[in-house]
Amino acid sequence: MQEKKILDMNNIPQEKFEFTNRDEKLHDKKLETKQMSYFEDVLKRFAKNKSSVVAAIIIALLVLFAIIGPFTVNQEYVDSFSTQTILGRYKYLTPKLDIFEGTGFWDGTNVVEDVTEVQYLTYRAMEQELGRPIIHKIIDTKTITDPFGTTKTTYTLRIDTYTSIDCFVKTLTTKEYQEIQAWQDQTGIQVLLPIVDPSKSGNELNKNVWFVSDKKGKPKLDSEGNFQYAYLKTDGRDDYTSTVRLPDDPYTEENPSAGWRYANRGGSADLGYNYTVRINAYNYFIFMYDFEPSFVFGTNVRGFDIFSRLASGARFSFILAIVVSVINLLIGAIYGAIEGYYGGVVDMCMERISDIISGVPFTVVTVLFNLHLASKIGIVPSLLFAFVFTGWIGMASRVRMQFYRFKNQEYVLAARTLGAGDFRIMFKHIFPNSMGTIITGSILVIPSVIFSETSLSYLGIINLNSTQMTSIGAMLSEGQNCMTTAPHVVLFPALFIALLMISFNLFGNGLRDAFNPSTRGVD
Amino acid sequence: MYIFKYILKRIALMLFVFFVIVTMCFVLVKLLPNVPAEAFGKDMELILKRRELLGYDLPILQQYGRFLKYAVQGNFGYGETYKMGSEVWQVFVNRLPYTMVLNLSTIVISIPLGLALGIFAALKKNKWQDHLISTGVMVFVSVPSFIYAFLVQYILYFKLGWFGAVTDVSAGAWSWTFVRSAIPAILSMSFGTIAGFARYTRAELTEVLTSDFMLLARTKGLTKAQATVRHAMRNAMVPIFPMILGEFISIMSGSLIIEQLFTIPGVGELYIGAIQAQPAPDYNFFMLLTVFYTFIGLAAGIVIDISYGIIDSRIRMGAR
Repeated sequence: MQEKKILDMNNIPQEKFEFTNRDEKLHDKKLETKQMSYFEDVLKRFAKNKSSVVAAIIIALLVLFAIIGPFTVNQEYVDSFSTQTILGRYKYLTPKLDIFEGTGFWDGTNVVEDVTEVQYLTYRAMEQELGRPIIHKIIDTKTITDPFGTTKTTYTLRIDTYTSIDCFVKTLTTKEYQEIQAWQDQTGIQVLLPIVDPSKSGNELNKNVWFVSDKKGKPKLDSEGNFQYAYLKTDGRDDYTSTVRLPDDPYTEENPSAGWRYANRGGSADLGYNYTVRINAYNYFIFMYDFEPSFVFGTNVRGFDIFSRLASGARFSFILAIVVSVINLLIGAIYGAIEGYYGGVVDMCMERISDIISGVPFTVVTVLFNLHLASKIGIVPSLLFAFVFTGWIGMASRVRMQFYRFKNQEYVLAARTLGAGDFRIMFKHIFPNSMGTIITGSILVIPSVIFSETSLSYLGIINLNSTQMTSIGAMLSEGQNCMTTAPHVVLFPALFIALLMISFNLFGNGLRDAFNPSTRGVD
Repeated sequence: MYIFKYILKRIALMLFVFFVIVTMCFVLVKLLPNVPAEAFGKDMELILKRRELLGYDLPILQQYGRFLKYAVQGNFGYGETYKMGSEVWQVFVNRLPYTMVLNLSTIVISIPLGLALGIFAALKKNKWQDHLISTGVMVFVSVPSFIYAFLVQYILYFKLGWFGAVTDVSAGAWSWTFVRSAIPAILSMSFGTIAGFARYTRAELTEVLTSDFMLLARTKGLTKAQATVRHAMRNAMVPIFPMILGEFISIMSGSLIIEQLFTIPGVGELYIGAIQAQPAPDYNFFMLLTVFYTFIGLAAGIVIDISYGIIDSRIRMGAR
């Protein structure tokens, strides 16, 4: 009915008009909910995804490990990797954490099978001489009688790898010899051991043997079942002035010549003396570095601490990956933006270029860069170039897609109408809208770079292993060679890389869902 | 007709890209200094003479012409620092079957298992079975294959002693002896592939299962199983099938790490050997393998793209 009254739209009488709002202020309802920026929203969505949050925390811990790890280890010890060849004597020490002391797990022990009687007794003798427990547990004893009627006993033992490091013989200069003696006096720790009489010890090559033994190295025990000392008496030429001596040393101040001999003096008074000594390896380590050998992740074939090596390898990987990711982001964003924004011929030409570059297999790229550049600018920069050379393409195509999606939308047209230039539209209007994809993409570059770098250095295509630095791949290939004897060498780098990859994948998924809720639950 | 034009265009483009890459790599390799003749220790004059005959003194473009001419005939020269004197192409052809058998076995195991796990997870979405499978898939997709390789080697070889450390190649590649001794390698490669297939299948199938035509299928009276097999599976296969095809092509390139780890005399091992040869990498082998890897990579891409269009005619590739 009302419609008929206002049919004549052109001649609406003036009194029909009325103000909807005659007040000074507008009375629109204010938004009652709290305003939330885009990133707050993303953060909120991300926080809901429990597994991604856990992954983020694990990643943070791994990064923290890479940053702080190298500093928690005695610096003097780490610095000596390149100079101290003696560290090779401390190889394959098993992982040791003090809180697990005596549990048989992670306490620096190792199960050794088929230990012969002679070896077993040698361990017992070492315990007596070096003053530290070696055999933590006798797991099994087997007695076998062979067809000739001789019985053999073999043991399965849980051995402390730290205290059972072999004693060794070393020739010292006068200065070194005096230094050690002075240090012994100061700390009361015995580093120098008495020299053994080769005629009494059956196995002269085994420097652990200090007792009287037969040709096979089997100890000759006295009537009470104790080991008999095979030490040489001092000839007065060992210049041993330290007050620290083995407990049973017959040395007395009244009768110094009854004491044992602690060094064989060589050289002459004119040219300076040198002293050949037998050394307690465990205590010698304390002498060198001022801390007891105890390594959370054990040591590798050269006696380097795996914890600090892994941390420095991880640090290298992270830095490389982040640098690559940032450079890729810069190149890819600009390249993709130009491609996507201008489209047409520009896009086609630029696409062909990226087609060609992405067509070269990555291994070929690395090898070529390595061959051409490694000798000129070093391995690490050439590796970086190789990663950047192909890496930006993924980012570029991602950005290109986003630009194709957004470039014809109304707000872009509006901006253009208002007179915004191309670059303003590209980086002020479209770019922020594709932020989510770009951030997710650049974060996921990190694990893929770490993975490639690990594989390449594992294969030995690039060699990053030196005394001062290493990479996880190099550690893995090093550990693979000794997997039977020392599985811990390969275990920790492998665990690290596995944990890192899983966390990054979860984290990336969570991030993608948070930025782009419509893809949630795709996988 | 449209699809043929598209295929031709793609192939022409691929050949162009392929040609450019090979040219680029050839020039880059030739720019490297030649191995000094002194490094070989003896018969210096002979080596120099040989190089002259092989055209190593010619300008690069001329050398490239020769390279192309002979390469088309399957002649990539002779090993210089690696496998000295043996025909590069022949060595390569001898290696290829090992890689192919290894990867083929992996795929034969992985596809059914991966698809089955993926389908199962999709059907049981958000139940404990799905969570279990998804978690496993996440772990196996993420962790690099050489980590499993360590585990497999440690358990199957060191602890249980079921397999030798070195694969048995005495009976050739296409033999049960080889496949049996390569089981650790196949296993280590399968984990990741199975997980990859499962993840992809699950993602595609869950998407299809919630679409409207499934509802229609149920409405018109199909049982859930019928609807799943006849409608959901067929539609989910559209993106899955190209992936399988691509996988089949890339089986030839194989895995560098796995071949190295289990000492399988395949293409990957050849590549590593050629690069690490002393006193310098062998550029003839390197060139051949570069050509090979590039070709495989490009071909896999093109096959995947084209197969999308063939399987599902709704997808008009390259259309604007």
